[in-house]
Amino acid sequence: MPDEQAELLAAAVRTAGVEGRTLRIAGAGSKAGPGDGASTLSVAAYAGVINHYPEELVLTARCGTTLQEVNALLAQHRQHLPFEPPMIAGGSTLGGAVATGWSGPGRPWRGSLRDALLGVEMVNGLGQRLRFGGQVMKNVAGYDLSRLQAGAWGSLGVLLSVSLRVSPMPYVERNCRLRCGAQQALAWMRTWARRFSPVSGTCHHEGVLDVRLSGPETAVQAAAARIGGELSSDLSHWSALRDRALPIFQGEGGGAESLGGNLWQIHCASAAPLPPGPCLIEWAGARRWWHTQKSADEVRAYAESVGGVALPAGGAPDFQEPIMVRLKQAFDPKGVLNPHLLPGSQQAAEPATGLHEN
Amino acid sequence: MNEAAVLERLRAALPTGALITEPAAMRPYEADGLTALREMPWAVALPGAEEEVRAVLRICRAEGLPLVPRGAGTGLSGGARPVRGGLVLGLSKLDRILEVDLENCVARVQPGVRNLAISEAVAEHGLYYAPDPSSQLACSIGGNVAENSGGVHCLKYGLTVHNLLGLKVETIEGHSLEFGGKGFDQPGYDLLALLCGSEGMLGVVTEVTVRLLPQPPERVVLLAAFRSLEAAAGTVARMIGEGVIPAGLEMMDALAIQAAEDFVQAGYPRDAAAVLLCELDGDADEVHSLRDYARRLFEQAGAYQIQQADSAAERERLWRGRKAAFPAMGRIAPDYYCMDGTIPRAALVEVLGGISGLSERFGLAVANVFHAGDGNLHPLILYDANQEGQQQAAETLGGEILKLCVEAGGTVTGEHGVGAEKLNQMCAQFGADELAQFERVKEAFDPKRLLNPGKAIPTLSRCSEVGGMHVHGGELPFPKMERF
Repeated sequence: MPDEQAELLAAAVRTAGVEGRTLRIAGAGSKAGPGDGASTLSVAAYAGVINHYPEELVLTARCGTTLQEVNALLAQHRQHLPFEPPMIAGGSTLGGAVATGWSGPGRPWRGSLRDALLGVEMVNGLGQRLRFGGQVMKNVAGYDLSRLQAGAWGSLGVLLSVSLRVSPMPYVERNCRLRCGAQQALAWMRTWARRFSPVSGTCHHEGVLDVRLSGPETAVQAAAARIGGELSSDLSHWSALRDRALPIFQGEGGGAESLGGNLWQIHCASAAPLPPGPCLIEWAGARRWWHTQKSADEVRAYAESVGGVALPAGGAPDFQEPIMVRLKQAFDPKGVLNPHLLPGSQQAAEPATGLHEN
Repeated sequence: MNEAAVLERLRAALPTGALITEPAAMRPYEADGLTALREMPWAVALPGAEEEVRAVLRICRAEGLPLVPRGAGTGLSGGARPVRGGLVLGLSKLDRILEVDLENCVARVQPGVRNLAISEAVAEHGLYYAPDPSSQLACSIGGNVAENSGGVHCLKYGLTVHNLLGLKVETIEGHSLEFGGKGFDQPGYDLLALLCGSEGMLGVVTEVTVRLLPQPPERVVLLAAFRSLEAAAGTVARMIGEGVIPAGLEMMDALAIQAAEDFVQAGYPRDAAAVLLCELDGDADEVHSLRDYARRLFEQAGAYQIQQADSAAERERLWRGRKAAFPAMGRIAPDYYCMDGTIPRAALVEVLGGISGLSERFGLAVANVFHAGDGNLHPLILYDANQEGQQQAAETLGGEILKLCVEAGGTVTGEHGVGAEKLNQMCAQFGADELAQFERVKEAFDPKRLLNPGKAIPTLSRCSEVGGMHVHGGELPFPKMERF
């Protein structure tokens, strides 16, 4: 019984609190974190879609549900998750997607995961089952503690179920491929962003600029004619970018490690100057994946100079700011949940070596 | 607290004339758009610079002086109602557009900048700021952040939270916080989303960075008249289920249609049980094909009249009836009370049936206007405050309607906020553990509870405060403003 399972998860958090133990929350188990003595609280079995109302554009599912299952169900109704969460090695869960808050290639046009998050049921660090938000688009009752869970990496609570706004799939989707340098690509990305168009993704890497067009057939055709390049209905590049399966993201064989450097993700003002060296540009310029041998300090200095933030690719943020520490205490006063992310913890500050998900 | 000394410190921290203490001059600050809830503030501070905001907050913290941040005062839930013995911190003088960055399609503005002023400032570049609350002529962007304001186009373009990129916030504890910037999705806890809709309880917004979007090249508005509410509601569900997201989708019931027609003669059919207003935008080809689809859909669903507006003037005429719905109520009843529940659209017919039953039971008419696309319902309860017991009955009826919304899986407030008005109904929507969690979040920002105390989150021991949007003789605080 799902409700009994949820109660067991809440009880496990309460017990850990009483016994002074910590818990690491695990979803699909694709996360290989450092060993720190925490017991694992597996939420993978707490799975299943609770409801999907296509005409309401809302889906509610338990957090152990795989993204594959969610996507397959939505596809039957010609709908999708607008924020395109990565499916790492094919096995990510909905809870892990919300916990990391990662959004895919369409983010500037279709919104972020957080934007689509309407409500959560969760267990806070005290082991209390709480509901925030709901299943409706507009809801300003109380602080928005549901959207706060997106990108919190489970450090504020164990997610039990989430309600998400879903979107109709576009009628037609095509890829335009052009060849140009990074500066030219960035300039074009910004030009397209300033006019109404069916562009729903831009990606430049190693001299190739891919532009995804989504919408009604006529609008897509007209935009393709304006943009030029090679038009194709093969969208595999976009799913590979979404799932971080392109060679640039791989730890071995052509990726960051084999080049002897690190891969960083940089979120910045879209038109900001590019970093020196190889870099994948997406989100109309607002996200860059930068391969570099520079030190963490040098990378962060670049990010700051362009009004942005740098994070080791796939790593968790550090949650170190004083206000974040206080928020953590407000949800989890005993520090039971995901201790490797606890503010002040050393592990949180270390660059991650692989893609993490919990 | 030595009142004279504190006033002196405040006066020294502010420019000449920026501290108001005379009762007559403070009267405009007694209430926001929810005029039934009034309180004379102890003093009103009107800083003109960020540093002055910080100075005022420092003094309040040191003296334990409660304060209520205020934007343009157009809020509809008493969120900016002063607290007795406390300060009102008016941010209307922080009204500069600091930067329009066309390269990045963002604008950096101070909190007192009016919502519409942003779109006006960038219109010549083909850009605009999407959220358009009905009060956009007067309401400020800082207030929009505090309430997470929507508008008639939020089904497609989102609420304030979806169109913000960065915030600068001063906490009462003396911290200057910056969240986000000109890019998307800063790693770490999403404090931007948390602050949005927090009703001035967690911090004072001193700068807002918003996204600017390209204006759609084409717009069409359709009006479809139906002989039953069910047919109109079913059409909305079908359109969205079939993958069409209109820019705006509004519904009005018979009482609202008739009152609006009496008032502005927008040409709506008076005998309709419900009308739908549907705005489509995008590329010209896209809009034309969607328009043909929508017309077919309305006809199949039994619409007996469809009007189409292609020109700006015609679109304005069709929207006029909808925008006149609130003031029109002031002409058919001495008073009205505006509610703001959101429900899953599938529950619409059931909830409207429930409202109609309550209306009979209380002997008070209720007109319904509805952001049909996103399920946000605005029942308008008509009454006469001069008849004994009617005000109380209207408030009780309003509370019952919000209970229906919660029971249908919805919420007690879609866009107006809890403020000082819906504290009781919050108790119906949240349990003790959730309310305690809200309290701990408040404490993380404001341990002394000096910022806007007594709003938005009811205390467990005190779930009894109640209020209402009391409009007498059709007089709204901003009588010329369009209301949605």
